[in-house]
Amino acid sequence: MFRDNRRMSRATEISNRHMLRARDAIDRDYAESLEIPMLAEIAHVSQAHFIRVFKSTFGETPHRYLQRRRVERAMFLLRETERSVTEICFEVGFGSLGTFSRTFTAIVGEPPTTYRWRAADLTKVPSCFTKAWTRPSSFGPPLSSFGEAKTDRGQ
Amino acid sequence: MSNKVTHSQVFVLDQDEALDFYVGKLGFEVNQDVDLGFMRWLTVSFPGQPEHQILLEKPGPPAHDEGTAEQVRELVTKGAMGAVAIIEVDDVHATYEDWKAKGVEFTEEPTERPYGVDCGLRDPFGNHLRIGTSKAWNPDQFDPADFTAENV
Repeated sequence: MFRDNRRMSRATEISNRHMLRARDAIDRDYAESLEIPMLAEIAHVSQAHFIRVFKSTFGETPHRYLQRRRVERAMFLLRETERSVTEICFEVGFGSLGTFSRTFTAIVGEPPTTYRWRAADLTKVPSCFTKAWTRPSSFGPPLSSFGEAKTDRGQ
Repeated sequence: MSNKVTHSQVFVLDQDEALDFYVGKLGFEVNQDVDLGFMRWLTVSFPGQPEHQILLEKPGPPAHDEGTAEQVRELVTKGAMGAVAIIEVDDVHATYEDWKAKGVEFTEEPTERPYGVDCGLRDPFGNHLRIGTSKAWNPDQFDPADFTAENV
């Protein structure tokens, strides 16, 4: 019994590690047109299984993870550069301005131009931390542009 | 008398495999490798810095029940356990090339940032490390123009 459990948990660990490699690829190559077959190959699973296993490992689909990564980069560029929204949209990997605006607004809670206007100065900490912590969440309450969780009381 | 950090810790799934990676690839040195019976006390330190040891600890009984150890291993392999260390080197690009040739898995290539050159890698189990060179950080001299899409 113990041995069976250990074998199953070992399989989970190997699967996690492979999925992490695919997730790292999304974080690294977010601006490219990432295709499921390529990510599935990195993760050593069939295409049919990839999306399901990724979701059970990280709590969201690879598509959603990629969207949040792109939106997080767009938030950064909106804050720190004066590039146009259109430029930023293509730079982070979106194929059309409509999709970008819709996705950004759905995830962040306000359109790119409004976000840009309100954005705080988050530039004084190492970017690996802003990358992790300003990334809009799939879990829990939406964040305001300034990073604090919105509560019922505060609105 | 001194006040300093002497030890930090990382969970690894296999201590021999950890040695292959940390010593064989990254060039750490074995500091202590002692069979205490209940555990193998295994520490490594970066060359020239023996006063900071990193304990390569394997989760499991008796410190953890099997269920807890399993959870730890799952978190490690998901990359959810945070960073083992940020290591400063003289030449990030040379270190990157050297380690990459040894088969180290990089998550990020060396990148210019306002605080220095920085890149990311993982150990075989999923733990995250960074290597970089740091500039003295002065927020007053921060210029947002230092950031470009290519270097973040």
